[in-house]
Amino acid sequence: MKPAPFEYLRPGTLEEALVALDHDDAKIIAGGQTLVPMMNFRLVAPERLVDINGIAELSRINETEGGIRIGALVRHAQAARDPLLKNAFPVVADAMRHVAHLAVRNRGTIGGSLCHADPSAEWPLLISLLDGGIEIAGGSGTRTCTPGEFFFAPLMTDLADDEVLTGVVLPRLPAGTGMAFDEIAQRAGDFAVVACGATVEMGGDRIVSARLAFGGLSDVPVRMADVEQAMAGATVADIAGAVAGCADGLEPNEDMHAAADYRRSLAPVLARRVLTAAAGRAGGRE
Amino acid sequence: MTKIDITLTVNGEEMTGRAEPRMLASDFLREVLGLTGTHVGCEQGVCGACTIRLNGATARSCLLFAGQLEGADVTTVEGLGSPRKMHRIQEAFRRHHALQCGFCTPGFLMTVAEILETEELRTDGDIRDALSGNLCRCTGYEHIVRAVRELVNERDGVTA
Repeated sequence: MKPAPFEYLRPGTLEEALVALDHDDAKIIAGGQTLVPMMNFRLVAPERLVDINGIAELSRINETEGGIRIGALVRHAQAARDPLLKNAFPVVADAMRHVAHLAVRNRGTIGGSLCHADPSAEWPLLISLLDGGIEIAGGSGTRTCTPGEFFFAPLMTDLADDEVLTGVVLPRLPAGTGMAFDEIAQRAGDFAVVACGATVEMGGDRIVSARLAFGGLSDVPVRMADVEQAMAGATVADIAGAVAGCADGLEPNEDMHAAADYRRSLAPVLARRVLTAAAGRAGGRE
Repeated sequence: MTKIDITLTVNGEEMTGRAEPRMLASDFLREVLGLTGTHVGCEQGVCGACTIRLNGATARSCLLFAGQLEGADVTTVEGLGSPRKMHRIQEAFRRHHALQCGFCTPGFLMTVAEILETEELRTDGDIRDALSGNLCRCTGYEHIVRAVRELVNERDGVTA
């Protein structure tokens, strides 16, 4: 239950961090809420630990031209309280309530959650739902990934060993877009069995556009393109029909928490609740 | 591995200890600085017994390395009160029998200190939710919730 020895470096800038990562067996530590248990169990034993907590520029949330940028070191609790995010993406605070427990939310970061890429985690789902651009810095410059490009499988992403995920840009949604999030977990703070997020834009009684994303139904967060298409031009009364059997083609994990069938059966239930809630909030109607 | 000097502020006092950077912060506080109020339960971030305040916010000290404490501002349960001069949270726990074996209590006290500052805690359900990161195997939580309810009412000027 104690980690193996490692060399500890605490760079003050992103440039210094990239230099520190130029090593055969280096690992970044941000919030450490997943990495440290894995190190304590000696499931991972990096030779060099690069602590990025001192890089202040990674802790900011700010407005960009088309949206809001969240630095990789932003803590779950910080994101939940942030006024910019509360205003533009209230679904973030709704989802953060489900992330583990208070002390973990105080420490854990958005960047860490995305890099760990647990398919049930809230951030990967949110970034998929909100079409976030994932910013990555490396020795040869910076690049931006879509969620589809970034997430390969649990614990596997497009991030190279010598790169740093620096932040995420969430493109602004049309004013009045309603958003909602919900999940089923065995206990408060547990990983979700299935998690679901939606956005709905209404025009009168019709749904103009909708997005629907799930965690826990596949190796990576999934967007439900078929349901999204069926929702355009539909009414709230059509939601239940449109989401029926929406996860039937997916192959969720089976584990000690839930069978694949159970996960598939939860999907339409959550989708109906979340889409209906999002529609109710659209246009500031709540 | 070589040991390094780690200087930090603990309970308002500047302290320096020598440790390998990989030492868990919980062990550093207990074994190097001699502050054994912070308890070590699971060492995997589940039980909450080792909860401290790090730069104002609660954190599990078993999920921090000693090297990360350089320059930090830490509050441990020793910073709340002492047996002769208990903090009002400790008083409330004593009054309501909110502990039996006491192993989890330091973590609960640190969490309660934070949530009284940051959470509304309107219902007992809110209190249970805010405390859900701390495990207690003795009390069944009932008396802990009662103690916190009293503290919240005190805070909000509610007379029960």
